[in-house]
Amino acid sequence: MISDDLADVFQEELRELLDSLDRGLLDLRMTPDDPGLIDQVFRDLHTIKGNGAMFGFAELSAFVHGFETAFERIRSGAAQATPEVIRLALRARDEIPALLQGQQDDAGTRQSLLVDLSAALAGAQAGSAVLTEATAAAAPYMPSAPQQGPQSLRFSLDGPAFDLGVRPELLLAELQELGATRFTAETQDIPPLEQLDPSVCHILWRCDLPAGITAAAIEDVFMFAEAQWTLTPHESLADQPQVPATPEPATKTEAAGTQPDTPTPQASAPRALSKAKPTEPKATAAATVRVPAERLDALMDAVGELVIVEARLAELALQAQDPALLTTAEQITRLANGLRDATMTLRMVPLRSLVGRFRRLVSELADTLGKPVNFVVQGEDTELDKTLIEKLADPLVHLLRNALDHGIEPQTVRRAAQKPEASSVTLSAAHEGTEVVVRISDDGKGIDSDQIRSRAIAMGLIAPETDLSRSETLALIFAPGFSTASQVTELSGRGVGMDVVKRTIDGLRGRLEVSSELGQGTTISLHMPLTLAIIDGLLVEVAGERYVLPMAVVQQIVELPAENAIPDAAADFLEVRGQFVPFLRLRTAFDCQGDPPASQNVVIVAAAGGRVGIVVDWVIGTHQIVIKQMSKLHEAVRSISGATILGDGKVALILDAQQLIALSRTRADTAAAARGAAA
Amino acid sequence: MTKTILVVDDSPSIRRMLSMTLGQIGYDVIEAGDGREGLSKALQGPCDGIITDQNMPHMDGLTFIREFRAHAASRGVPIIVLSTDSDDTLKQKAREVGAIGWMVKPFDQAKLTAVIRKVIG
Repeated sequence: MISDDLADVFQEELRELLDSLDRGLLDLRMTPDDPGLIDQVFRDLHTIKGNGAMFGFAELSAFVHGFETAFERIRSGAAQATPEVIRLALRARDEIPALLQGQQDDAGTRQSLLVDLSAALAGAQAGSAVLTEATAAAAPYMPSAPQQGPQSLRFSLDGPAFDLGVRPELLLAELQELGATRFTAETQDIPPLEQLDPSVCHILWRCDLPAGITAAAIEDVFMFAEAQWTLTPHESLADQPQVPATPEPATKTEAAGTQPDTPTPQASAPRALSKAKPTEPKATAAATVRVPAERLDALMDAVGELVIVEARLAELALQAQDPALLTTAEQITRLANGLRDATMTLRMVPLRSLVGRFRRLVSELADTLGKPVNFVVQGEDTELDKTLIEKLADPLVHLLRNALDHGIEPQTVRRAAQKPEASSVTLSAAHEGTEVVVRISDDGKGIDSDQIRSRAIAMGLIAPETDLSRSETLALIFAPGFSTASQVTELSGRGVGMDVVKRTIDGLRGRLEVSSELGQGTTISLHMPLTLAIIDGLLVEVAGERYVLPMAVVQQIVELPAENAIPDAAADFLEVRGQFVPFLRLRTAFDCQGDPPASQNVVIVAAAGGRVGIVVDWVIGTHQIVIKQMSKLHEAVRSISGATILGDGKVALILDAQQLIALSRTRADTAAAARGAAA
Repeated sequence: MTKTILVVDDSPSIRRMLSMTLGQIGYDVIEAGDGREGLSKALQGPCDGIITDQNMPHMDGLTFIREFRAHAASRGVPIIVLSTDSDDTLKQKAREVGAIGWMVKPFDQAKLTAVIRKVIG
C-alpha cells in the first residue's frame, strides 16, 4: 500500500531531482570536466532510477538505467560531456515525465535517444542490452534441486560477528522456521575467559533439517551473516521416519518471542501509485505540508482584519484605563504580532523555485541565437512572498530574453570588441533594507542613450528640446510601445514587453531601475517590497493629520534642534552622531498651513545614498499597519504608497520615504534654478 | 522495548517509505539525509540497527560505516546497505568495512520486513 502522502513525496522529490538534473547538465556544458558536477548528475540519475523502481515505474527505471549507464562513461573518464551529449541528455531527461505517466507510444523514440546518447559518448551501443538489467534484480531466484531425504547442517560464524551485530539466536529461529530440529552447540572451541574475544562467536552449531531444504534456502538464512556452513545428507536418520522433534530447550528459549515471518523474496511485484494520477510533478514549494494558495490568502486577510481590530482594542483599553483590559489587550497584541509573523513566513518562498526554469530558458535561447552564454545565479535562497514570486516570473523571463536578444552582441561583434566569446548573464537576488532587489545583468553592448532619445523623439514620446538626464533617458525604454529593434526577431522586439514589465512591477509596489554603460553591459534592477500586506509602521502627526512611515526604513528619532526651527534651505542639516544628515519638512512638502508646535521630531530614515531626516510635528508610536491600496485616481501620487485604517477607524496615509525625498530634491532643484534665473 | 532503526538515505521518498514500513511493524525510526548526518545521529544515541544507502552526497554509505565502526558505540549494531548497485566488489567492500549485508533496490515492504526481522529481531 502506497499512501497518497508517500506518492506526493515521491512526485515532489522527482520534480526536485529533475530540476537538479537540469541544472547539473547545463552547468556541465560550461565546465565539462567538473567531477563534482558529473557526480551530481550521476547521483540524480541514480536516485531517479532507484525511486522509479521502488514506486513501481519499471519502464522509467529501465530507461534511466540506460541513461545512467551511458553517463557512466563520462564518470569513468572514458568520454567527454560534449555539447551534443548534453543536448541529448537534456532530451532524455525530458522523456522522464512522460514515462511517469506510463506513455508507451514512443518507446521507440526513447530507445533511439539512448542509442544516440551512447553513440555520442563512444559509438558503443548501450540501449537494449541494459534495459533488462534493472528488472533482473527483482527476478525470482531459481532454487537448486532439492535434496532427497533428511540433512544435517553444521555452521559457525566468522569474524567479529557480535561486533557486526550478528545475532545467532535469530539465525537459529530462522532455521527452526525451515523445520530444523535437534540443535546442538559444540562449545569445545571456547577459549578460557582471559583469552576470550567477546566479539567472536566461538560456538559451532549443528542441527537436522528435513528433506527438501535447498542450499539456496540456507544461503538465504545466512544472507546477513558471515558464516561457514555445510549441508550433508543425514546418515543416522536417513532411513528413519521423520519425528517432529522439539529443538533443545536452551536454544528454544533464546529464540522465543522472535518468530520471523517467512521471507518472500519474489513478492516484489511492482506497485502502481493508486491515486493521484502521475503527471509532471507540480512546481510547488518544497515543503512537507502543502496548502492551496487561496487558503494562505484567506488566512492573510483574516490576520489583516485582526490587526486592525487589535489596534482598536488597544486604543479602547488605553482610554478605559482599566488595568485588566489593558493587560488583555497587550496579550492580544503580542499574539496578533506572532500570528502575523507566522503567517508571513508561511508565504515566503525561495527564489530558487523560479530559477530552475530560467536556466533552461537561457540555455535554449542561447542555442537558438547562437550566442554562448554563461548564466550565473546568485542568491537563489532569497525569500519572497509567494504572490510576488509568481508575478515576477513573466517580467523576469522578458528581461532575460531581452538581455540575450538585444543586450548580448553576436559572437563576431564580441570578438571584434575583444570581449570573451561566451557572454555572461547574471540573475541575482538579495535583501536590501525593506526591499528585495532582483537584478539581471549582462556584459553585452549596453544601451545607447542617444539612440533611445532619437527613437523617443521619432515616436513622439518626448519633444526634441526636452532635457533629460541619462537615467531618465534610459527609463524611456519602459514607455508603452517603445522599441529600438529595427528588426523584429522571433524572441522580442515587437515593441510590447518593457512597458508590461513596468506595469507589473508598479502593480506590486516595486520599481525598476536601469543602469547601462555603452559597450559594457546593462543591469536592470527590480526593487520589490518585502511584504505585500502588513508592515510595522511609525505613526506620526503633521498639522493634525496622521501618517505612517514604514518602520523598516526608520533608523532613529531625534528632536529638531531649536536653531533649525525656522526653515532655511541652506541650513537644513542635522548633526547625528558626527554625521551631517539633510532633512525635509513634511509641513513644507505638504504645503501645510499654520505654525508647527514648539518642539518637533525628526525621523531619520535610510534612503538611497545615505540617511535623510523627515521633520514631523510629533511621533505617536509604532503600529501594525495593514496596507490598503490607493485607488486608481491616486496612483500618480508618488509620495504616498498606500493607506491604512487606524484603531479609531480613521484613515492614515502611508508615506513612501524614497519618493518623498526625491520629490523634495526636485523641488529644491527647481527652487534653486528659479533663484538662479532670477539672479 | 521498542527498537530503533537509523535510516540513512539522501532520497526523502525512500526514507519515508522505510519509516512507514518499519513504523508499521513497530520500530522507531530515525532519519538522516547523508552519511555525515547519519554518523552524528548514530553516535548521538543508541540504535538497534542501521539501513544505509551507498550513493549519497557529503559522505557515502561505505565511508559512513567505516567511520561509525571506529567507535565503540557501533559494537553489536547491524548495518545493512540498501542500494541500487549490485556490484559484487562494492558488496565485498561493504562487508570489509563492517556492513552485515546488502539489499538491492527495489525491494518491497514484505521483503524489507523479513530482512529487518531476520537481522534485528
